[in-house]
Amino acid sequence: MVPDDRKYTQEHEWVQMEGDVGTVGVTDFAANEMGDVVFVELPEVGSEFSQGDTVGTIESVKAVADLFLPVSGEVVEINETVVDSPELVNTESLDDGWLFKVKLTEPEELDKLMDAAAYGELTGG
Amino acid sequence: MSDLSDLKTTPLTDWHEAHGGKMVPYAGYAMPVQYEGVLAEHAAVREKVGLFDITHMGEIYVTGPGAEAWLDSLITNRISGAAHGKITYTAMCKEDGGVLDDMLIYHLADEHWLVVCNAANHAKISGWLTEHCPADGVALNDASFDTALIAVQGPDSRELLCRLGHLAGVTVEVEGLDFYNCFTIDGPGGQWIVSRTGYTGEHGYELYLPNDDSLAIWEELIAKGADLGVAPIGLAARDTLRFEVCYCLYGHELAEDITPLEAGIGWAMRLKKKEFVGKEFLAAQKAAGIPRKLICLEMTGRGIARQGAKVLYEGQEVGEVTSGTFSPTLKKALALALVQSDVPEGELAVDVRGRSIECKTTAFPFLSARTKGDPRAERTLP
Repeated sequence: MVPDDRKYTQEHEWVQMEGDVGTVGVTDFAANEMGDVVFVELPEVGSEFSQGDTVGTIESVKAVADLFLPVSGEVVEINETVVDSPELVNTESLDDGWLFKVKLTEPEELDKLMDAAAYGELTGG
Repeated sequence: MSDLSDLKTTPLTDWHEAHGGKMVPYAGYAMPVQYEGVLAEHAAVREKVGLFDITHMGEIYVTGPGAEAWLDSLITNRISGAAHGKITYTAMCKEDGGVLDDMLIYHLADEHWLVVCNAANHAKISGWLTEHCPADGVALNDASFDTALIAVQGPDSRELLCRLGHLAGVTVEVEGLDFYNCFTIDGPGGQWIVSRTGYTGEHGYELYLPNDDSLAIWEELIAKGADLGVAPIGLAARDTLRFEVCYCLYGHELAEDITPLEAGIGWAMRLKKKEFVGKEFLAAQKAAGIPRKLICLEMTGRGIARQGAKVLYEGQEVGEVTSGTFSPTLKKALALALVQSDVPEGELAVDVRGRSIECKTTAFPFLSARTKGDPRAERTLP
């Protein structure tokens, strides 16, 4: 169920690496827990953050969740499509529902994130 | 998942769990917050028909020769003179005008009344009634834990209920039942009440049933409504549905420190009544000027204002949001807010987690109700 082509955080986000740029999104588990997502707020392109910083919010009809930066770096691209169609976070959480891309400044932080097996265990398989 | 095992259940709890209901604690009960998803469920009620298990609501029978006058002395609205089968919406207040709860009062038969209160206030209202009950002429019977309540709401609700026809030897005929009226029938497990009421702003009904009769009815409604697109609806959509038509929700627009006049339900208050608890204060407040008012807000900046967010006018805090969400029907972020009554119409702002988001006042309600008349009437959209 949990794809092994990316890393995961305790906050139910995923990072998929391509070169030194990581694409970030929320997991299926998180999307299901939130319910229908109706609003996404993303960081500005060009802004720099440290691992764990709050960089945006995701809101469902009932709930608000902060978006955290899984790895330190500079935001190089955001998914404008998901801003206009927040439901993609529910329907395509691992693909078209990606949120933003970050150019890593501390790549070794990736080692501290969970692999698919560990994340699967965290979320009950 | 949090432990739900200590919570009360309804006769439909197993059904909800078997059909994808995501159960959450609510007023001491484990209740379904959603099944398929709040947006789909919301749309089902606006466009087709949905079923709600609202068994958690409180039902207290008040009977006896003194019942009518006594109830009238406790509520803001007037029930004396209500015909048999008539339902009255009212607030029940403290001496200081604060709202203990809002409720429906059913006139079932001579000297037979039914008070239906919110689940979260059931213990409080039950206690309040017991405390104020005169020694003679009034009897209280709290039937909350013996009574199941199913709401059938949406433009196809009448069609669906008409299809019930004979059910367990009972004929259910809702044709001709007007808004805020009810009738009783004898079911296998005891008396049923069929009521043309609801909390969605759509044409709809509520069925009060003995616990043992409720699962069969629920399953029959699901089966007979399949081609109508009937869906079970959770608490999340119940909230967004009532929000769009601006029905007050206790704990949001109503509370012990908010008066009915402030909450905009002064229409359910009869100051000409000789007396009722809170009348003196409320009459004085009306005469002196109501300090706060409930307003409708549309977010013009990006963000969703939630309950508790401060409302700002020219940078000054003037009140707070009582309910706010993304409106599934109107597809925009909206909010109800309780603000100082001198706040003018127009541009305001809301502090959403430390950021000032622009908004503007908009017409009340956000969406017009279709509870009376044509259930599929064109809506007048703001």
